Amino acid sequence: MKLNNIKLVIIAMLVSFTAFNCSNDDDNGSNDPMQQTPPDFSGTFTQEDQMGRPAINTVFVDMADKNIYNVTLPSNQGAAFQTKFQNKLEALNPAHTDPMYTNALGFNAEQFTGALATDVLTVSLVGTTTFFDGTNILTGRALDDDVISTELLLIFGGPAGADNPGLTNDNVSANDKSFSATFPYLASPW
Amino acid sequence: MKKSKILIGTAIIAIAGYFAISADHIDAPAVAGGTSDITDIYGFQGQDTNTIVFVANVQGLISPANTSSAAFDENVLFEFNIDNNGDAVADLVIQATARDGKMYFFGPTAPSQTGLNSSIVTTATTNAVAITNYGDDAIIESNNDMRFFAGPRDDPFFMDFVRYTQIVTPGDDDNDGMEEGAFLPEGTGDGFASDTFAGTNVLSIVVELPKAMVGSGDSVNLWVESKRKQ
Repeated sequence: MKLNNIKLVIIAMLVSFTAFNCSNDDDNGSNDPMQQTPPDFSGTFTQEDQMGRPAINTVFVDMADKNIYNVTLPSNQGAAFQTKFQNKLEALNPAHTDPMYTNALGFNAEQFTGALATDVLTVSLVGTTTFFDGTNILTGRALDDDVISTELLLIFGGPAGADNPGLTNDNVSANDKSFSATFPYLASPW
Repeated sequence: MKKSKILIGTAIIAIAGYFAISADHIDAPAVAGGTSDITDIYGFQGQDTNTIVFVANVQGLISPANTSSAAFDENVLFEFNIDNNGDAVADLVIQATARDGKMYFFGPTAPSQTGLNSSIVTTATTNAVAITNYGDDAIIESNNDMRFFAGPRDDPFFMDFVRYTQIVTPGDDDNDGMEEGAFLPEGTGDGFASDTFAGTNVLSIVVELPKAMVGSGDSVNLWVESKRKQ
């Protein structure tokens, strides 16, 4: 452990010396001591995770596909995953195997999973922004939106939201801290 | 050394196996528990009705005891992707990455390339905010008509994820003699629904900017990506 710590310190020192040596000379005219070496923003960055709507990967993607889903571009997700999402939805709520059966949005299994498989969050620029507030649906995601109960209702609730009543609400309806009306909106950490 | 590594590995696997978690917290094996793991994103109208707010939370389930040592990974780039013509391809990107205690922001700007690989558009509008330390008041940077924040926050996500997992996992998971078929009732204590994410923190990146900077139509599509330096 101690040896590793020493190694880390040496590496850190080497890195800082190297960074110092890399300071560019383009601004020779400036003798401002406040002018510091700009951070290094070079290089190629390769995708590891992505997210649009809440809980889509968690609920609809099989364990074997979870990594690949995170590196499938949204514009390619529908073609790659709609059928798998439909199978998952029909397993969760077998009533959805009937193409005449719809959820509260009026979508049958194919239509609903077709909308969900492209995992982007639509955010309104002209009106209320909410996942669901009783009136507006999928116009954004606010901090206090009960997104899970909305998704449960759309998965299990059927056309009137009355099916499978034990599964359409997780009965946790609010966060454990209040949000702020002003930036940065999120609550201070515990 | 080896033993502690094994213990940590076991703990991560146990957590991942137990939670495999929502909303996007440790959603996939490759990112679970890592510094590129996105837990949630949000998009909503700001305090000024002409602004829009984008939030990306990463590194979920941070206990209060571990929050002061939680840090953004300087090798990870976070991108708010904005599609403003409905084809689910990014037209604009806001890039965020940490260096030396600051979160740097680039954009919104057209990405140099769309897809799984990115480079940082250093020619775009650049802003920075000091990353707020645990326990300090939120540091807010206002510049170029935008507001910026980066640092630890309470995880705003709430859900009885434990019960959800028991419901979708076949068999009797809580040893009460029957398969779980419904959520628990609202209330406090044993036998009632509880927020699996209560009392935990995340690292947050928050940007607020004029709606006119992201699109001129009725809506945009938003998603967030994390990318690691190669």
